[in-house]
Amino acid sequence: MSGSATTQRMLRLEGIGLSVGYGGTNVLDNVDLAIPTGEITILIGPNGCGKSTLLKTMARILTPSKGSVLLDGKDIHRLDTKSVAAKLGLLPQGPIAPEGLTVRELVAQGRFPHQTLLRQWTRADEDAVNGAMDIAGITDFADRSVDTLSGGQRQRCWVAMVLAQETDLILLDEPTTFLDLKVQVDLMDLLAGLAHQRGRTLVIVLHELSLAAAYADYLVMMKEGHIVASGTPDDIFTAERLKQVFGLDAKVLRDPDSGRMVCVPSGTRMRSATPVTAR
Amino acid sequence: MSTIAAPNAGTHPVRAWSGVPVLLGVLVLAFLLHIAVGAKQLSLGTVIEALFSFDQTVFDHVIVRNLRLPRAVLAVIVGASLSLAGALMQGVTRNPLADPALLGLTSGAAFAVVIATSVLGLTSMIFIPWIAMLGALGAALVVYIIARLVPGGATPLSLTLSGAAISAFLSAVISVIHLLDQDTFENLRVWLTGGLAGRDITLLLYVGPPIALALIGGVLLAPRVTVLAMGDEVAQGLGVKTGALKVQLLAVVVVLTACSVALAGPLGFIGLVIPHVVRLYVGSDYRWIVPYAALAGAVYLLGVDTIARIAIPPREISTGIITAMIGAPLFVQLVRRRTR
Repeated sequence: MSGSATTQRMLRLEGIGLSVGYGGTNVLDNVDLAIPTGEITILIGPNGCGKSTLLKTMARILTPSKGSVLLDGKDIHRLDTKSVAAKLGLLPQGPIAPEGLTVRELVAQGRFPHQTLLRQWTRADEDAVNGAMDIAGITDFADRSVDTLSGGQRQRCWVAMVLAQETDLILLDEPTTFLDLKVQVDLMDLLAGLAHQRGRTLVIVLHELSLAAAYADYLVMMKEGHIVASGTPDDIFTAERLKQVFGLDAKVLRDPDSGRMVCVPSGTRMRSATPVTAR
Repeated sequence: MSTIAAPNAGTHPVRAWSGVPVLLGVLVLAFLLHIAVGAKQLSLGTVIEALFSFDQTVFDHVIVRNLRLPRAVLAVIVGASLSLAGALMQGVTRNPLADPALLGLTSGAAFAVVIATSVLGLTSMIFIPWIAMLGALGAALVVYIIARLVPGGATPLSLTLSGAAISAFLSAVISVIHLLDQDTFENLRVWLTGGLAGRDITLLLYVGPPIALALIGGVLLAPRVTVLAMGDEVAQGLGVKTGALKVQLLAVVVVLTACSVALAGPLGFIGLVIPHVVRLYVGSDYRWIVPYAALAGAVYLLGVDTIARIAIPPREISTGIITAMIGAPLFVQLVRRRTR
């Protein structure tokens, strides 16, 4: 499962004809989405476009009014929810840990789907928790209370909790929101490592466009409950698309060193500067 | 309370359970002490003798068996029930101030019993627990619906406020009934201050089975409460059916509260204070908080009731008054520790 995920293309998670409505209006309208296995899929779109709703529906938290989500070929909403949790992990937006819960205790909750009334806590649970904390780089403060940590450390704890769940599929709703840029990059590096080195399949809702373009293997752009474009960032992350989807005037530049794309928004009242070419 | 010897339990089960035998030991000691002290002091030896080799010709044995043992058993059951109910409520509502009394369940149960006995003239005690359950459930639902209607929904703050309002309202109605009908109310007056004195132990035949089921259910559901306390979406992602779990937990809390009220009247502060004390020793995982809270609650009520019986001899203070007198400063101290 190392490196090129293209060698293994078995479809694990797929949404077909999904419509989701809150009180009459459709937030999602007949959306199809196939998640490439072993890669990072990133959903972007303006506020209220339905990207979080799509993620929650794919994670069986919301039930679609039409269509279905298939997990390994079976309707996820008809499967036993605990057995789904052994295959698919979800990190919702802005989770809050109960006051005083230690990092280790928080991460240990990720083992819930693997426990039963009779099988409470085993060596495998212990190993999974230690392994998850190791990958997330939080072992050093395992016994500290989660609410004493910084935002970035806290988010790593939540990622570790989902990792301890030991699922191949991991869905994350805006995991980088409210974090410093450096911390955002660290977190995205951690997540990219999960996909590219450990073969996990990730679906992430993101706000930060340049970050999405830099880390997505498969980028999905949404607007008003529809998927407007999907593909590699190279193919679809263009100035025209950003204008079309976000109504944003921006240039898409390539970083001359890495070749990655960067979105540079152009506001009407931005400070004037001397163009590089005129220098 | 410093005898709970489980230093931050963590996730390791052996370490986490290590405080249980200690706490059980304290419980047995508190139980025997509760029986030994009183108007006539008995030695612990006499108490143990009366319990295990009863001789009905010995007067001290008769005191133990007929008068003191039932009251001690009651203290254990009610203390454990209220404390466990409070712990579960704090987890479900993610509200450190949740407790059967603060969220209106206790006064709902008391109100229903008062209405049934004084207005409807019901006297058969078989029905009392069931009436109390209806009252507690009704009050819980009303409190929840009011909190839901508040802009922002059922937050810890709106739940606490609406619980306080409903409690105050029901207490006011109980007072009105009291003023209108002093004769029938005389029987309820002592009961309404909350206490363990002179309770009819045969009531245990009716409330014992549901309380036992609810206590076991509460301990079994406890691991899920920690998951639920991390938020509905996180819990659902981990495979918890949150709606069904909340209904089960509500049933457990209603049964425990209502049966406690039926047995001992409305006792406050136990469900609020004890889970917080337990947290200091076992951390924030309800897997451990819930069983420890049950044991500590039993110890606490035994201790409080012992004080109630010997504080100003030869008279006795109502247990409910002592729980509040000790519970209130203890709670203030806990709040100070947390904010510091």
